[in-house]
Amino acid sequence: MASLYERLGGEAAVDAAVDIFYRKVLSDDRVNGFFDDVDMEAQAAKQKGFLTMVFGGPNNYTGKDMRDGHKHLVERGLNDSHVDAIVELLGATLKELGVADADIQEVADLANSVRDDVLNR
Amino acid sequence: MAQLKYKDSIYPVTTGSSVLETLLEHGQAIPNNCRAGACHSCLMQATSGNVPDAAQKGLKDSHKARDFFLACVCKPEEDMEVCLPDIEQLKFPAKVSQITKLSNDVVELKIKTQQPVDYFAGQFVTLWRDDELGRNYSLASLPGVDDELIFHIRLIPNGQFTSWVANELKVGDEIFVQEPVGDCFYTQGNPEQNLLLIGTGTGLAPLFGIFRDAIQSGHSGEIHLFHGGLNPSGLYLHDMLSAFAEQHSNFYYHPCVLKAEEGMAKNIVEGDLSKIVSQLIDKPAGWKSYLCGDPEIVKKLRKQIFMAGSNMNDIYSDPFVYT
Repeated sequence: MASLYERLGGEAAVDAAVDIFYRKVLSDDRVNGFFDDVDMEAQAAKQKGFLTMVFGGPNNYTGKDMRDGHKHLVERGLNDSHVDAIVELLGATLKELGVADADIQEVADLANSVRDDVLNR
Repeated sequence: MAQLKYKDSIYPVTTGSSVLETLLEHGQAIPNNCRAGACHSCLMQATSGNVPDAAQKGLKDSHKARDFFLACVCKPEEDMEVCLPDIEQLKFPAKVSQITKLSNDVVELKIKTQQPVDYFAGQFVTLWRDDELGRNYSLASLPGVDDELIFHIRLIPNGQFTSWVANELKVGDEIFVQEPVGDCFYTQGNPEQNLLLIGTGTGLAPLFGIFRDAIQSGHSGEIHLFHGGLNPSGLYLHDMLSAFAEQHSNFYYHPCVLKAEEGMAKNIVEGDLSKIVSQLIDKPAGWKSYLCGDPEIVKKLRKQIFMAGSNMNDIYSDPFVYT
């Protein structure tokens, strides 16, 4: 059976999803406050890395990367509710792109697998 | 086996290995992160040899045009010479050929280099008075059309560089130019795409080269140029651009000011630039945008245009402050 990343459509799927996902994140008042001061272009590249990972694609992110990358946000109040919102927006993005529910669940599971590292606990 | 040249050393590339792996194995420090072609940390530039298509996936057209590639996903099929994108470049001498006042506080500077300079309209250079004093300026000229390099320089009261330009620099004087850089330029291959060009103040300079490049390249999509100024005198190319719009059916000039003045030209609109843009161009999905000038306004416009449906990769802007 094809891997999740292959079923979703690989890098082309990531490219298709990244703008939709990031637009949803910036529109959502629950989480967009964390993105006010970031360079949008640099952030879009990071979003692409994140989507590649949760799509089950090739990446070398480590728990340490996740912790270091979000530490300053945890200090600003990043918590489970924000991770929930991101996972929800991720699901809505994939739904919009016609991805099957079972695959969306698998993506959500991958996203949730880094939750503790992201929240530095 | 392909060979890889980097910093005067030659390394054999094991079949299936990437440029990044090869250089790291030999102890070279190359910035990197995801090693999956996603994060773009390992961006490098090829100075000779063909770059495999896969190594440029997801890069901006302007990066591709300059042979940038991602080292982690670049598996050389033939010999390549590569370097890290580097600001440290050669400076070359030029002579001032013309200085013209365009408005109360903007001058047009034309300079001629001894050697032809390879650049894209819209890129920027550092202009140097001497070894110590230099400032970034966008090119307003178009290669192949303008013989000289042209800049729009806003005179800053007590500004060290611009005071020198305003008070001392004269025709025939020597000035130094550092190699053109930047991504904010027209790329061929999509002549029907609509273009949105927005500049404040002397942020008009790169756009002046970009839209002429597009038109000269036979661009058939609509080209909308918004120029924002505090008041009508800040619209320093108003008459020329209005006439240009009359002559080209797909070119639209939208002069905008924060403060209107009695008797100003009828085509000038008063108001907040980003609001005027969103009213006229409400669906920029599929457009390519170029944003230049005041960093805060550029940041705001970039977000506005992205949220209105434009792809992130279709929004270009200059990374420095225009002074």
